[in-house]
Amino acid sequence: MQFLQSVLLRLCTTLITLAGVAVIVFFVIRVVPGNPIAMMLPPGATEADVARLTALYGLDKSIPQQFLIWLSGVVQGDFGTSITTKQPVLQLVLSRLPATLELSVMALIIAIIIGGFMALTGTRLRGSKTEAAIDIGNGMALSVPDFLWGLILILAFGVLIPIFHISGRVTPSLPLPFSTNFYLTESLLRLRFDLWLDIAAHMFMPALALAIPLAAIISQLLKQSLKETMHLDYVTLARTKGYSETHVILREALPNAILPTLTLVGVQFTFLIGGTVIIERLFSYEGLGNMAIDAVINRDLPLIQGIVILFAVIFTGVNLLVDLTYAALNPRLRHA
Amino acid sequence: MSYLSIRNLSARLKGRPDQILRRVSLEVAAGEVRGLVGESGAGKSMIGKAILGTLPQSVEITGGQIILDGTDLLALPAAQRRTLIGAKCALIPQDPLTALNPSRRIGPQITNRLVDILHWSRADAEKRARDLLAEVQIPDPERVMRSYPHELSGGMRQRILIASAFAAEPKLIIADEPTTALDVTVQKQILKLIAAMQARHGTALLFVTHDLGVVSKVCQSLSVLYAGYVLEDSTIPEFFHAPKHPYSRALLAATPKYTDPDGSLTPVSDAVIAATRAEVEAADRSAHV
Repeated sequence: MQFLQSVLLRLCTTLITLAGVAVIVFFVIRVVPGNPIAMMLPPGATEADVARLTALYGLDKSIPQQFLIWLSGVVQGDFGTSITTKQPVLQLVLSRLPATLELSVMALIIAIIIGGFMALTGTRLRGSKTEAAIDIGNGMALSVPDFLWGLILILAFGVLIPIFHISGRVTPSLPLPFSTNFYLTESLLRLRFDLWLDIAAHMFMPALALAIPLAAIISQLLKQSLKETMHLDYVTLARTKGYSETHVILREALPNAILPTLTLVGVQFTFLIGGTVIIERLFSYEGLGNMAIDAVINRDLPLIQGIVILFAVIFTGVNLLVDLTYAALNPRLRHA
Repeated sequence: MSYLSIRNLSARLKGRPDQILRRVSLEVAAGEVRGLVGESGAGKSMIGKAILGTLPQSVEITGGQIILDGTDLLALPAAQRRTLIGAKCALIPQDPLTALNPSRRIGPQITNRLVDILHWSRADAEKRARDLLAEVQIPDPERVMRSYPHELSGGMRQRILIASAFAAEPKLIIADEPTTALDVTVQKQILKLIAAMQARHGTALLFVTHDLGVVSKVCQSLSVLYAGYVLEDSTIPEFFHAPKHPYSRALLAATPKYTDPDGSLTPVSDAVIAATRAEVEAADRSAHV
């Protein structure tokens, strides 16, 4: 009951957050210089043409008036029509969302595997040269931003040793039998491993570029947390029972040490999703981020609004998910 | 033949010359309860940790033997030593609030040694855990085994840890200040419980404490430690009636008497401490020649 209440409360605050985001984005993109109509018309268009188009898209009204019109549409699930593609914003955005979700989740999985492995290895071999090497690696991974990692990876595995694809989401000549845009997931479900491999090979480098800084954060935090836990009495007690160091780390320390890391990984994961915007551009990956950059360049106001709102929904959703996972993993919260 | 025999055990902080343990020798016979007393920093907990193999990484053993049931633990490979200790020794830890894993239920925390290390069947181990919990007077063992540590009081948790220590019928239990972290009212009960369990199971007990009052109630013999050096090794009557070492005498004078609660206390004098320190250092020098 109390659990349900807290979830409902979270949903309410989420709605307020989203409303705030909507207001800010709506006004900011209309105040900054740049005009979608000017981008659409060929050079030499007459004043009358400009006025006609402006009125067609409702841009001649005052900004608060425009906002009310947009908002009443949004409440009914209508996010407007993209100025550049003339398609409904919602449909456009939803068609790109799976690509970005798959990329982000893939990056998260890679980050957890690499970061978790480094943290566990560093804890098992604490005080050794290996731990020092892991620390140095973490420092390097953190001091280079994801898009630079992207460039480095393109040079390394796209140009010098070309084993991965550097552009796009799938080889364009392949026929795609998919009914959704979750290509990676669907190819797996349909047991089309040939397609899965091609898609994974496209996704691997952008996902890795996004994952490297997050992996370093996970590795650092989890290792720190594990090392503190390893000094606690219940860990010592488990050692006296005859358990090996590896067992003690995995079974006794990890379930407790993982909790503080989890919260921060949630926050960092939202940064990772933010990072997809530039990474998708870099790898010409057909996701939301890439679409967002096009929308900004073309001043496609409704599309920008739709993408930003969707990102905001994802961010708050991730945070909610992290809180729920935390409660599920921590018996002290579950019973309180 | 002693069950546990520590011979000339020396330890120090890695890379530092000063010793934490100085040629410590002590014996615990099968079924004997030996007190290990000393002020904080004297190294009494270090001896327990050295036996159980849980010394901090910063401490290294520089010499000596720890012979458990005829086997020198320090000569064994790490994995063998661990399983041997797990099968034959157990620890009753100091702080019951931190000695149970907060994310696991009580049941598995008692049975895990039996199942994982000693390869009991799960059903046998669970039955054993229930019996032990009943033996340490925990009401409704079934429910407690399904509980998480945070749902139980400090006294309950210490009872659980005692039950857990006796789970595999170890021949030696090391109790590291098992009552220090508890309320005074609970202390007495826990002390009685440990003594009763020890007597019933015939386990040898190495009782680490700074409290001579506790020693007089539970132990049969004791070793007095100062600066990692064993100053005196006596039976309880010997120690309380005719302590051999001046430091022991001073320590006794500094202990409140239950018979004379308002009597004045004499702190251990600087002169005694200086003389004791000089003695320890002289012993060190002669050992290094």
